[in-house]
Amino acid sequence: MTQKLKQIIVHIGLPRIIIAGFLLVIFITAYITDMSVPQLITDSLVRVGMNGILVLAMVPTISCGVGLNFGLPLGVLSGLVGALISMERGLAGFPGLFAAIGFAVPIAVVVGYLYALLLESVKGQEMMVGTYVGFSAVAVMCIFWLMAPFKNPELIWAIGGKGLRFTLTLGNHFGKVLNNFAVFKLFGVKISGGLLGFFLLFCLLIYLFYKTKLGIAMVAAGANPVFARSAGIDVRHMKAVGVILSTVLAAIGIIVYAQSYGFLQLYMAPLMMAFPAVAAILIGGASLQKATISNVIIGTVLFQTLLTTALPVTSRVIQGDISEVARLIISNGMILYALTRSTGGQ
Amino acid sequence: MERAQQVLEMKGITKQYFGNTVLNDVSIDLYPGEIHALVGENGAGKSTLMNILFGMPVIHSTGGFSGEILIDGEKVELLSPAEAMQAGIGMVHQEFMLIPGFTITENIKLNRETTRKNALSRLFRSQSLDYLDIPAMRKDARHALDRLDLSIDEWLPVAGLPVGYMQFIEIAREVDKKEVKILVFDEPTAVLTETEADRLLGSLRRLAADGIAILFITHRLDEVMAIADRITVLRDGEIVARLNRDEAVVERIAELMVGRKVEKVDLPARDKEPSDEDLAFTIENLVVDMPGEMVRGLSLSVRRGEILGIGGLAGHGKLGIANGIMGLYPASGRVSKNGDNIPLNSPEQVLLKGLAFVSEDRRGVGLLLDEPIERNIGVTAMQAQHKFLRPRPHFLPGLRLEDRRELRTYSEEMIRKLDIRCLGPTQPVRSLSGGNQQKVCVAKALALDPEILFVSEPTRGIDVGAKRLVLDLLVRLNREHNVTIIMTSSELGELRKICDRVAIVYRGRLAGILPPDASDAEFGLMMAGRAREEAV
Repeated sequence: MTQKLKQIIVHIGLPRIIIAGFLLVIFITAYITDMSVPQLITDSLVRVGMNGILVLAMVPTISCGVGLNFGLPLGVLSGLVGALISMERGLAGFPGLFAAIGFAVPIAVVVGYLYALLLESVKGQEMMVGTYVGFSAVAVMCIFWLMAPFKNPELIWAIGGKGLRFTLTLGNHFGKVLNNFAVFKLFGVKISGGLLGFFLLFCLLIYLFYKTKLGIAMVAAGANPVFARSAGIDVRHMKAVGVILSTVLAAIGIIVYAQSYGFLQLYMAPLMMAFPAVAAILIGGASLQKATISNVIIGTVLFQTLLTTALPVTSRVIQGDISEVARLIISNGMILYALTRSTGGQ
Repeated sequence: MERAQQVLEMKGITKQYFGNTVLNDVSIDLYPGEIHALVGENGAGKSTLMNILFGMPVIHSTGGFSGEILIDGEKVELLSPAEAMQAGIGMVHQEFMLIPGFTITENIKLNRETTRKNALSRLFRSQSLDYLDIPAMRKDARHALDRLDLSIDEWLPVAGLPVGYMQFIEIAREVDKKEVKILVFDEPTAVLTETEADRLLGSLRRLAADGIAILFITHRLDEVMAIADRITVLRDGEIVARLNRDEAVVERIAELMVGRKVEKVDLPARDKEPSDEDLAFTIENLVVDMPGEMVRGLSLSVRRGEILGIGGLAGHGKLGIANGIMGLYPASGRVSKNGDNIPLNSPEQVLLKGLAFVSEDRRGVGLLLDEPIERNIGVTAMQAQHKFLRPRPHFLPGLRLEDRRELRTYSEEMIRKLDIRCLGPTQPVRSLSGGNQQKVCVAKALALDPEILFVSEPTRGIDVGAKRLVLDLLVRLNREHNVTIIMTSSELGELRKICDRVAIVYRGRLAGILPPDASDAEFGLMMAGRAREEAV
């Protein structure tokens, strides 16, 4: 009996059991204290859809053998540039969203390729170097935001008329287009079919990618480079594909994130973007060597639900805000935990 | 030799790894000032014996050993390398353990520095805070180098020195230890040029003359003949002979090293026996840069439909041949199949030309351990030859999907044909036994429909029953599917069992080709580099 229980715990993974248990406690507390549970679930689902693609961006780098993509801000910055071009043109609604993605993807491909070249030369230290590359890129882009030749008065500082603002409102552009698309109610929970559908669509695309010849070659290159070489696979090429794919997903991810949030945040905002995504996929049971789509979905749901529900519920109970502290402890603690172990759950 | 007290005796050493006896009742002794050579093929148990002598953790974590070790006639228990060092045993490693940025002196004296007291160290009563007594250290280092007849300056940094010198610095470090009574050399000449090797042998003689007992492990029988006082031959974990130098001849040692009873099995006959008239594959002047297994200009012709064995002692390049041709290590030379030139250094091209390879490093190169059996069987054929993909008509080759159904059917057929014992095609290969993993590797190669199959060390690390199955499988492939097989193995016995001809490689070149029923002595000699010109 205990043997079997142990097996189940190993199978699901201790961190997931603890967090799921904690979530259960939160929801019970919310119910007892007369809070609206459907409202909490609605909020959580929005957060899941908002962050999902950014978490998905971790999968290609893990499976091609580069590890967690701490250089995620590179993709995020490409996405921001794409979104700005779309806004500069004054596009709105779905055309605005797709134009943003359309402008962002080519930029992300080029940036991802250059990033892959860099990582190739620091083999074995990709994660550490990636972190600093992300940090420096954010700093460099701060200068770019000031100098960039954008003319649309909505984007630039009102006084002086030069340089982009810190935070741009997306209301007149593509703000909330996915969130407000195909919304329906289920047991009092408002579900945004557009937002969740978009996330699940990307999950499906990536899932299919891993069934293609290219995807399988990439996994083989990540799992055992020597094996891959003996099978005629160009390992360097595969790593580049993984890094580019991750960067492109990050660019799309930030656009989806921004439209849901309603604001585009420039300057230092992308600095820490990688960490919640890293934490989420690790909570989902990915290891540094292996990640699946189910890791992404489970991880995003657990992590984002925790962040969304912990704040209102705890503040109701203890009359104070520990959610920000909890978020830092959980996300950084989880990263630390994962880096010290080489295997995740299944 | 004056019969003084032995400085070292190892008596009745028996060691098992997981029920597999690797050393059986081995006894060896050493007198002061003696050079005792220990020879044997790879896998004969030499390194296990040395690990026991050094109290390596791997021995104790696998259940220890039985038998006893005596130093100067007193029984000792060596539970760690540190204790072995204290007992006066020094070891010169095959790989250099030197710090490149330090000078020769610093490397020699590392952690055994001569020191002078200063105010701070007196205050804290700690030797760690003493000044280094550099002049004294340099004097010691100079002395150690002189004993080896090495004129190099002791203040030079190690980085940038020729490889040969590094070996000598390793030795100087051991010699400098005052307490050293026994020195073990594990194939010290493996990486040296011939002149360096000669110098090294000279140093060994000088050290022995100083009264240090030397245990010398090597494959090179010429060296053994040149300096050993006594020779012990180890084979399959047992001592098969102990010879004094005056009664030893190279031929005899070689025969003792490799000699095994060869069970002759009747292999099924072919309609047409392979002959030199019909060559499937030719190798001309192949050079492969595979560390530890260099191939230096090898030429060989393979007859269509034969099983050609490649043998030779470890380090002479037999493993480099297949690895080089398959593009896993940088290679040059001319390789052609049916007169068709095969590009080197490109695994992809080679696979397309109908060559396949079962690697000697099953777990490292051969398999994706955490992936299911079917994925392992199919992935190489899929990547190199676009098999198991749909939709059928070529359309963006990289984005065609894996054809699960076809792959499943093929894997199940292979599992049945090769008798892979598993729970099903989706079981991860990590959880299979060694023999079954090997069969997956063979299945992977077969999925490529090879005309020519390279198989390296097919029976390494698998149990006896599985060995026979794998060998039978190779014979069946050869007879029923007309696959030309080039099999490399350290086990001469299995080469002689199933091969039509056995090529012996010595120092990266072909030493000769023997029929499988040639005598032990012929094989032994050829492996030792004698009788180079003879061929079948």
